[in-house]
Amino acid sequence: MVDFGTESDLLRWIPLLPLLVAIHHGVSIGVLRRPTPPRVAAVFSCAAVLLSFVLSCIAFRDLLALPADSRVLIDDVYTWIGAGIGSSAISAEVSFRLDPLSAVMILIVTFVGSMIHIYSIGYMEDDHRDDRGTQRFFCYLNLFTFSMLVLVLGDNLVLMFLGWEGVGLCSYLLIGFWYSDSWNAYCGSKAFIVNRIGDFGFLIGILLLFGALSETGHPAISFAGIEEHFDGIVGMTVAVPEWMPFGPEWKLVNVIALCFFLGACGKSAQIPLYVWLPDAMAGPTPVSALIHAATMVTAGVYMVCRLSFLYAAAPEVSAVIAWTGAITALVAATIAITQNDIKKVLAYSTVSQLGYMFMAAGCGGYTAAIFHLGTHAFFKALLFLAAGAVILAMHHEQDMQKMGGLWHRLRMTRVVFFAGVYAIAGFPPFSGFFSKDEILVAVWVSDVPGHMWLYGIGMATAGMTAFYMFRLWFLTFCGECRAPNGVRNQIEDPNGFVLNPLWVLAFFSVVAGMAGLPQVWGDIIGIEESNSLANFLKPALVAGEPHLIEHSTELWMAASAVGIALAGTALAWLFYIRKPGVPGWLAEHLSGFYRTLLNKYYVDEFYDAVIVRPLVAVSDRVLYRFIDVRLIDGIGANGTARGIRAIAADGLKYAQSGLTQSYVLFMIVGAVAIVGYLLR
Amino acid sequence: MVPLNHVIALSAILFTIGVIGVATRRNLIVMLMSIELMLNAANLAFVGFNRIWSQVEGTPTIDGQIFVLMVITVAAAEVAVGLGILLSMFRNRDSVNVEEVNLLKW
Repeated sequence: MVDFGTESDLLRWIPLLPLLVAIHHGVSIGVLRRPTPPRVAAVFSCAAVLLSFVLSCIAFRDLLALPADSRVLIDDVYTWIGAGIGSSAISAEVSFRLDPLSAVMILIVTFVGSMIHIYSIGYMEDDHRDDRGTQRFFCYLNLFTFSMLVLVLGDNLVLMFLGWEGVGLCSYLLIGFWYSDSWNAYCGSKAFIVNRIGDFGFLIGILLLFGALSETGHPAISFAGIEEHFDGIVGMTVAVPEWMPFGPEWKLVNVIALCFFLGACGKSAQIPLYVWLPDAMAGPTPVSALIHAATMVTAGVYMVCRLSFLYAAAPEVSAVIAWTGAITALVAATIAITQNDIKKVLAYSTVSQLGYMFMAAGCGGYTAAIFHLGTHAFFKALLFLAAGAVILAMHHEQDMQKMGGLWHRLRMTRVVFFAGVYAIAGFPPFSGFFSKDEILVAVWVSDVPGHMWLYGIGMATAGMTAFYMFRLWFLTFCGECRAPNGVRNQIEDPNGFVLNPLWVLAFFSVVAGMAGLPQVWGDIIGIEESNSLANFLKPALVAGEPHLIEHSTELWMAASAVGIALAGTALAWLFYIRKPGVPGWLAEHLSGFYRTLLNKYYVDEFYDAVIVRPLVAVSDRVLYRFIDVRLIDGIGANGTARGIRAIAADGLKYAQSGLTQSYVLFMIVGAVAIVGYLLR
Repeated sequence: MVPLNHVIALSAILFTIGVIGVATRRNLIVMLMSIELMLNAANLAFVGFNRIWSQVEGTPTIDGQIFVLMVITVAAAEVAVGLGILLSMFRNRDSVNVEEVNLLKW
């Protein structure tokens, strides 16, 4: 059933507050050129996001007050784009929609966002590279929060696309925040360009969907409208050339769904577009935590869930999503095993976990995907921020081979860090355990082709996740300290701004799993309806098949997941504590394999050779040197000028003889010619 | 009544004399006078045609005469400007020969 929702004027203020502060910061540094004192600017930003969080909570309460099957709040602000008349009229409204799905998202975005804003006060304090740096940083951060909130609250695809592009822009600005180092600027550009490819797919998807709906006579653009008239386009097909696979006709919904998924691939760093995310770690660590772990990169998952009615009608594409997610999860996990940069490990871990979410979404487990999205936001933000604390303590050293033994020195950080590692590795009763289990169950019960293989890949990835996270833990916190002497004596816990948000996030990393406690555990500890998150989300999503699975099977699956995580942990312990020589020995004896992993399967090199270089060559030789320089400049602009000079300067100028009589002669000849023509 | 052909022939003769005068003479005063001749040739044609026009219409019209007045006004203005240029030219060059005025050329 399609519900057009209850009016609420509150929603607009949730994204508006961060925007106002971002505008204030932007005007004071960009236009007035009188930066606000850093502390004041930071407090403004934090206050805006915290207030947004409070408003989100109020809106959430309002939403809960509605009956369960009509929980939709709508805030129509104004008509943004209006065109056409009569039945072909379209209007893209600036209107916000709060339903269970976007409610979960805004709570995560504003809550994790506030924590990271507060953390940033402490983290950016010692950054003296640029006197306006702090305010510029908070300006971008607030602009990001605004865009992200527009993305998740937007009631139509066009508004969602606005937020989608906004977060991409802020991501670019923040990756290249320390732009004086050209590598950072390069990474920012790479993220932006790779995202362009995905955005292109998203845009094509919007236009195709809109075109198809117009053909049925219902050019809807809001989510409710699309869902209402969606049945009309399910049967449509598009003709493709004979040589294309699965031709000669493709189902239109499949094409649309694939286009949207391409967008999701770009934003959420899935194969083949994941290459930008590891390089995005060039940005400041709070940015990595907020944008490249907790919120923006999950936008793709959110989008797939938001369009769940579309994907439910396109089972083939759902299978593609599930397989893409699974392969991404596996590939990224294998790369994470060999990386030595602490942030790179976490980045590949993020790619891997996002793959997990897509695997769930592709298998129809949308609630499991959103559940994992939420828990992942907590523990991955925590891990990044804690890694940032470690990096601060190590004086901006990110190489784990130069850490070690921090257990005795970072007495606070070690606790929160361990909570994060424990949660992501999937040990009960931390949050990661429950959400990962939900995904594995969703994969198990789905009817995607080869879902048992997917389950196997999920299990293998779970084991590898435990391995590389404990490898990171052991290399960083255990063993001998490998830092240079000058740094070693100065390692200490960071200040309160940095530490306190970590405690909060650690708390939620531990308990967030309770929000979506699977029923099987609820039965054991005696809660009637335990999976409150899934039940809450269900009306907003196209519900898949209910779990037709024995409780004993589910418990057995949970046990084996814990078992494989334990095995990964034990292996990490063996490799990095008990027998530290083993990794080196393995790297030597499997050097080809090790090198491949260390160099990330040479994917960057492959893209460079196959796409970037030919593109640059064509752009340089053909587009620049030939078309631009030769054709447009040479023939077009300069050629015209040369031609006119040849005619006028070397020929016609002699007509200007200075002799009055000759002018008179021209005039007479001209007049006679005109009269002769008229009298012909 | 003088036939129209005669009027047009006179007008054409006067106009041709004017054109030849402008084209061949080097004296600016004579050139101006030739221009006046051409204008008056045109005036003559206007007046002549006006009479034919009145016969065709059946009612007396004065369109041609009005145009003649217009041309005379323009001619007066033109002579005023032309003689002004001529005067300043003579002051500067002590001559009214247009062949000596050829600074504006390639």
